[in-house]
Amino acid sequence: MSLTTADVEHVASLARLGLSREETERLRLQLSSILEHIEVLQQLDTDRIPPTAQVNSLTNVLREDVVRPSLTQRTVLANAPQSRDGFFEVRAVMTEETSEGGSA
Amino acid sequence: MTRSDLTKLSAAEARTALDKGKCSSVELTQAYLNRIDQIDGKVHAFLHVMRDVALGQAEAADARIASGDAQPLTGVPVALKDILVTTDAPTTAASKILDGYVSPYDATVVARLREQGAVFVGKTNTDEFAMGSSTENSAFGATYNPWNLSKVPGGSSGGSAASVAAREAVIALGSDTGGSIRQPAGFCGVVGLKPTYGRVSRYGLIAFASSLDQIGPISRTVEDAAIMLNAIAGHDPHDSTSAPGEVPNFRAGLRTDLNGVRIGIAREYSVAGMEQGVTDAVAAAIKQLEDQGAELVDISLPHTEYALATYYITAPAEASANLARFDGVKYGMRIDRATLQDTYRTTRGRGFGAEVKRRIMLGAYALSSGYYDAYYVKAQKVRTLIKQDFDEAFKKVDVIAGPTSPTVAFGVGSRMDDPYQMYLADIFTIPANIAGTPGVALPCGFSEGLPVSLQLLGKAFDEGTLLGVAHAYEQAAGWCKHTAEI
Repeated sequence: MSLTTADVEHVASLARLGLSREETERLRLQLSSILEHIEVLQQLDTDRIPPTAQVNSLTNVLREDVVRPSLTQRTVLANAPQSRDGFFEVRAVMTEETSEGGSA
Repeated sequence: MTRSDLTKLSAAEARTALDKGKCSSVELTQAYLNRIDQIDGKVHAFLHVMRDVALGQAEAADARIASGDAQPLTGVPVALKDILVTTDAPTTAASKILDGYVSPYDATVVARLREQGAVFVGKTNTDEFAMGSSTENSAFGATYNPWNLSKVPGGSSGGSAASVAAREAVIALGSDTGGSIRQPAGFCGVVGLKPTYGRVSRYGLIAFASSLDQIGPISRTVEDAAIMLNAIAGHDPHDSTSAPGEVPNFRAGLRTDLNGVRIGIAREYSVAGMEQGVTDAVAAAIKQLEDQGAELVDISLPHTEYALATYYITAPAEASANLARFDGVKYGMRIDRATLQDTYRTTRGRGFGAEVKRRIMLGAYALSSGYYDAYYVKAQKVRTLIKQDFDEAFKKVDVIAGPTSPTVAFGVGSRMDDPYQMYLADIFTIPANIAGTPGVALPCGFSEGLPVSLQLLGKAFDEGTLLGVAHAYEQAAGWCKHTAEI
């Protein structure tokens, strides 16, 4: 399994990871090598085997639907890099260009 | 008692000394803080020493002991892996992206230790977000093995293991996703227990791979591991995967003979590349188990060779989802850029270290459109086969014995250029995480002056048998009396 630079850039974009050109190349080689080791799984016939995502036997654990004390807004915002008026503050999610284009 | 005597006590011995007035918790705590001052410059087990918190807790513990209300860990100095959130010290997961973060709540295990009146001496180093097998992936510098400072302590709970081995804490908590308690405990010559998945609440453990992660003790003795497990185990409404039901008294179940115990020896647990010194010490340990009355049974865990590949899809896939939360918005580091997307990319690109990025990329790839079935679903199916191997084996035996790692502690820097070589350090520990079953690592000898570790694997929710067998071996073999000279 050999990944291309475009493969690595695509996955980095999905994962919102900014990578330098050097990191991209190093990851391309390392991930290709790791995926080669992982190919060993293809030797097994698993057509009739159900998948296991987690191992305990609990399902649909529900809590009572009652109001309980929680952290205050001030506490929750205390670690935020930037906040304003009780909100986390970030750059505009939609730019003027996209809103004028009507695609939002 | 002298300061050097105080730093040799197990938690059980410390309890006795405190209750009999041989020392106060303040004296005990001060002895450990002094030891940290003296040697942690060399070992670097700690990211944050909680001096003032510890002394305050020790004073409170002394008052509680005087009033006759002592719990097993009241007044006992404990080290916490810096991936467990605490309200009175920073929690970084050894990552730049969380530098300076102080949690608004305590992890459930931390809260339970607080209720017991334990003393927190500090937060220990780890591979960043617990991703690694050597503690070299910490953004704040590596930890070194107290037995030989040119060797790694193992990882990811390398700081916790080194702190106990170097007598900078009586006992510590670590977390184990693929061996991260057992492998460093093995490399540092101490005891490490990964409980059954669901035995201990994961609330407040910064998540790496949620279906595999489990918190557990690293200690000098099996008895201490039992004491700590009882302190932290049990259902927690904050973690819906924590198991309901009664928790047995593990300490009461410790035994000294092995009559009637069936111990499985898996042929797949002797692999090419094992060091001779490890093979020999583990063989001698197994012989000793037999001499103590255990019946040895040959078993097979046929899908063992697929465990590493299964793990290196499952764990990164879960990690890529779990680490999405570190986006520079709610907490931690932010590198501001002109757009939100660029802020995410730059913050995450600079905030995460190389191994974390590698695993996020691997996980995102395995979950991405077009590859999901071939990688992620395939790994989940093989996970079923690996779990079935254990289900079958445990119909015939009570415990499985083998090596914790194929080698003793390796050299600092020796595996950093080859990720897959590093991953092989966990080849014997990973299957228990995949199956969700418990495992304990304990010292069983030395090779090249470094500790060798025996791993015992048990049935889900049967830590009692596991700890009982481990205790019987430990008491007869006496390896726990050896301590690192540092």
